[in-house]
Amino acid sequence: MIRVVLPFHLRTLARVDGEVQVEAGSPVTLGSVLDALEASYPALRGTIRDHVTLRRRPFVRYFACKEDLSFEPPETKLPDAVATGDEPFLIVGAMAGG
Amino acid sequence: MSKVRVLVGTKKGAFILTADGKRKNWEVSGPHFAGWEMYHLKGSPVEPNRIYASQTSGWFGQIIQRSEDGGKTWEMPGGEPTPAPGDMPKGESNKFVYEGEVGTHKWYDGTQHPWEFKRIWHLEPSLTDPNTVYAGAEDAALFKTVDGGKTWQELSGLRRAKSHLWQPGAGGMCLHTILLDPSNADRIFIAISAAGAFRTDDGGKTWKPVNQGLKSLYELPDPNAEVGHCVHRIASHPSRPGVLFMQKHWDVMRSDNAGESWREVSGNLPTDFGFPIDVHAHEPETIYVVPIKSDSEHFPPDGKLRVYRSRTGGNEWEALTKGLPQKDCYVNVLRDAMAVDSLESCGVYFGTTGGQVYASADSGDTWNPIVRDLPAVLSVEAQTLP
Repeated sequence: MIRVVLPFHLRTLARVDGEVQVEAGSPVTLGSVLDALEASYPALRGTIRDHVTLRRRPFVRYFACKEDLSFEPPETKLPDAVATGDEPFLIVGAMAGG
Repeated sequence: MSKVRVLVGTKKGAFILTADGKRKNWEVSGPHFAGWEMYHLKGSPVEPNRIYASQTSGWFGQIIQRSEDGGKTWEMPGGEPTPAPGDMPKGESNKFVYEGEVGTHKWYDGTQHPWEFKRIWHLEPSLTDPNTVYAGAEDAALFKTVDGGKTWQELSGLRRAKSHLWQPGAGGMCLHTILLDPSNADRIFIAISAAGAFRTDDGGKTWKPVNQGLKSLYELPDPNAEVGHCVHRIASHPSRPGVLFMQKHWDVMRSDNAGESWREVSGNLPTDFGFPIDVHAHEPETIYVVPIKSDSEHFPPDGKLRVYRSRTGGNEWEALTKGLPQKDCYVNVLRDAMAVDSLESCGVYFGTTGGQVYASADSGDTWNPIVRDLPAVLSVEAQTLP
């Protein structure tokens, strides 16, 4: 199972507390994890990536194992530690001041 | 005794204010959707406990929420978990996709720029069907759902009405006003900043600009252009849907022929710049505006928050000040942030960018704040309940 950490507002939308877990098949890629997440939580469709183009929303970032994967293509394999569930896949809202 | 429910959208959540018919003691519920920009909430006229809400975020985009119990609980239509393995998830209630070729509109630098969906500014539930709702978008377009908000389709005929000449104002190119004609289901008026007013007479298939008589001396190279005017708000009374009142960027305007032509009725207003305009529930010639100093200074003149009321359909205005701050007040009242109830006497409500929501239970003669310290208010709607 893949562990996914969502930002506060998306946890509220998905009505979950803490991490969520999804089954993303093999190989575990950026795209397969997001597909699995949206299949389990349809309320999140369109909030992380565009409904039609599937492009990441500009103020959302993907982190895993201290790496920024935000600009990687969907077919990018996630680190083994994420695939095994030892480390979470983080979906993060960009910082904002004010 | 009748009740009133006031739906308030703010920059950081939604609030629901309720009172009995006296409108003196209010209960405040919220924040709902805390931390999100709540552009607009509006109840179905035929099922008042069904409320639609536009929830939006610069991070996570557009969400449509729906309540069946007057705002106590909410759901995303169609956003429930996949019912069985193998079923495709839907979650399309927040999917607003322009129909066909996206096309372009005028950009700030005069070039053409492709349409990009940003948010829903205004939701207008049908007068007869609780599952049908119209949604006004930025970049400007009109969407419609007939399944309670699960799916949305663009009424793309609107963007064939000279949309290459539409251009965003500083606040974005938003479709912010949707007026449904209670006497003619095929007639809808909409308004866009900065494109102007438009009307359909065939249920949204085709549209025509209805801006004749508007003058934008300092905003457009041709002050009398057919499209491009920065209309801030339009209002009408249900008993006379062909009579329209408009707060334009500058100028308060009136049309007596369903928008075919407009004439200025700013009269003795201290300034005719402003955002909201509304009509008394029982007096079709009584209208309200909140004058703002100028397009460069979005606050009341002289630090005095004054609603102006005309009982003559414009031209002759009186300042309503009782209970409103008359010094050091520098808030704004945004275009969707005024509403009326239909009790006797008519209640009038408005919210400010300073987080106050003011109510008058006597048609504007006196005012009291319901709440003083909300986030900046984006929208106010009033529901009169049995």
